[in-house]
Amino acid sequence: MIDPALLVAVPLAGSALPAVASRLRPRTGWPLALGVLLVQSVLAVWVAAAALAGDPVRTQVAGIPAPFGIGLLVDALSAPFVVLIALAALAVLAYTRRGGPRSGAFYSLYLLLIGGLTGVCVTTDVFNLYVFLEISGLASYGMVAQADRGAAALAALKYLLVGTVGASLYLFGVGYAYVATGTLDMAALRAALPAASDPLALAALGLMVLGLSVKVALFPLHTWKPDAYEAAPPGVAALLAALASTVAAYALGRLLLAVFPGVAEAVVDAALLGLAAASIVAGSLLAYRSESVARLLAYSSLAQFGIVVVGFVVATPTAIAGSVVHLIGHAVMKAGSFLVVGLLARTHDVRTVAEYAGLARRSPYVSAGFAVLALGLIGIPPTVGFAGKFYIALGAIEAGSWTAAALVLASTLFGLVYLGRVLERMYVGEGDTHAGPTGAASPGMYAAVAVAVLATLALGGVGPLVEGWLAPVLDGLDAGLAMGVVP
Amino acid sequence: MLERLPYLAAIALVGIGLAVLVDDEHLVKKVLGLNVFQTGIFLFFVTAAAREGGSAPNVAKAGPYANPLPQVLILTAIVVGVSVTAVALALLVRIHAEYGTLREDAVRAAIEEGRE
Repeated sequence: MIDPALLVAVPLAGSALPAVASRLRPRTGWPLALGVLLVQSVLAVWVAAAALAGDPVRTQVAGIPAPFGIGLLVDALSAPFVVLIALAALAVLAYTRRGGPRSGAFYSLYLLLIGGLTGVCVTTDVFNLYVFLEISGLASYGMVAQADRGAAALAALKYLLVGTVGASLYLFGVGYAYVATGTLDMAALRAALPAASDPLALAALGLMVLGLSVKVALFPLHTWKPDAYEAAPPGVAALLAALASTVAAYALGRLLLAVFPGVAEAVVDAALLGLAAASIVAGSLLAYRSESVARLLAYSSLAQFGIVVVGFVVATPTAIAGSVVHLIGHAVMKAGSFLVVGLLARTHDVRTVAEYAGLARRSPYVSAGFAVLALGLIGIPPTVGFAGKFYIALGAIEAGSWTAAALVLASTLFGLVYLGRVLERMYVGEGDTHAGPTGAASPGMYAAVAVAVLATLALGGVGPLVEGWLAPVLDGLDAGLAMGVVP
Repeated sequence: MLERLPYLAAIALVGIGLAVLVDDEHLVKKVLGLNVFQTGIFLFFVTAAAREGGSAPNVAKAGPYANPLPQVLILTAIVVGVSVTAVALALLVRIHAEYGTLREDAVRAAIEEGRE
């Protein structure tokens, strides 16, 4: 059995290599990053397979027992995300060989981001989670600023200011949780919080949820997102769209399911459902009004994460499985879409919805790929986008939560409107059909897009599988057992 | 009331920091506001660590003593805060080199101008 600490240690230790090596010999950053990520992917798949086949894989860092030491845990809830991070990083890396910034420092940040995000997924200590949140945050601010244009520096600064406020609010909540219970271990917190003083526990929950909502970018805490994703290099936008908010949403879900059940549930559920509804409606509206396709996709993320939060609020096993599937599916589809946007900007110099007119005739294969990804984001079967939404809606109906079910269905209609607008332009819009290509794309770029499109279709049937994996873990949480203890 | 004073100071710092961060157009002041905001949170942890009538496990001297764990956490958080400030200042240097100003409205106007 391998130690889950390696999942964090390998990319963090590896992140020193590209920056140092590229000073000694130029252009060594990419192969080194590839090597580290290959090792990381093998480890991730190995640990996840062990966790899904049998008992969760856990370790205590430096052998200090819980609740005093920091625990690392890969269970059925975190395993899909650990694998997603490693594989998405590999796919986007193929794109950045020609398309991305190619400095050694960039690949160091890339590995730092992967290490930080994996840490958020595996840690069972709420303060440790803050540290990993900030490691991944710092890496992503630096990566957004890698674009040549000056606007990227301002977008990165805005991302930094808003993101740090979010992480600090989370830290504030950790402080309240510690004052209320005297522990930082998630399992110990869960046992101690219901007996703790109500105002302290509620303040801890409120601040931690608020802080993570900034990182997830729920409306109206989303302002960093469109600027950052539009200004970042396409490879970076794809990686962040796949992973940054996804991992924050995972952390939010883990806290709601494994740490805070029993603390003011009615109030928190109503507040989160309101936040999710605002995200779905406002995100769709802002996406509809966007001219730039990158901004449209960024705003669409608000609506999609709203749906994920609905699943965590409903919190039946079906709905939770739906949220996990939708998080993974959204990561694949949104990353693929951003890669297409970057590819088309390179090959045809188009960036706005108007400029996409008639693109299906000029670039039929890439357009067809984008169409599959967009239909997935809307939630049309047999894509993974449909599977996630279907399970969340099914869970909501089972739980008798009609507001939640209506929100999911409404989001699908909204998606049809704002993404349909792009598809309509591409396929029936009258555009400049004779303009030749303005630049070449590498095989790696096409391969990364193809992987995303195939995964969108292939993962469509993954719902029952995820539900089966999660069942024992959720049973354990329901029975009040510590996290990762399977009854 | 007096023992609650540090908590009030912490909350005041959080509020002042956030207000400066949101309200000021000068980007350096925004970064300073962020620092003040974080300092308020650090102060909250350190205040909560204070123990009246506490004793240390292996030191016989009379107090006052504090719970060391929140202080260690904040030591880590300060390091994180310093790193964030360093990255922010690096971005400010780049913005200033590119646009010759550090006022957000002026930078935005320059970006809009470049787009047209």
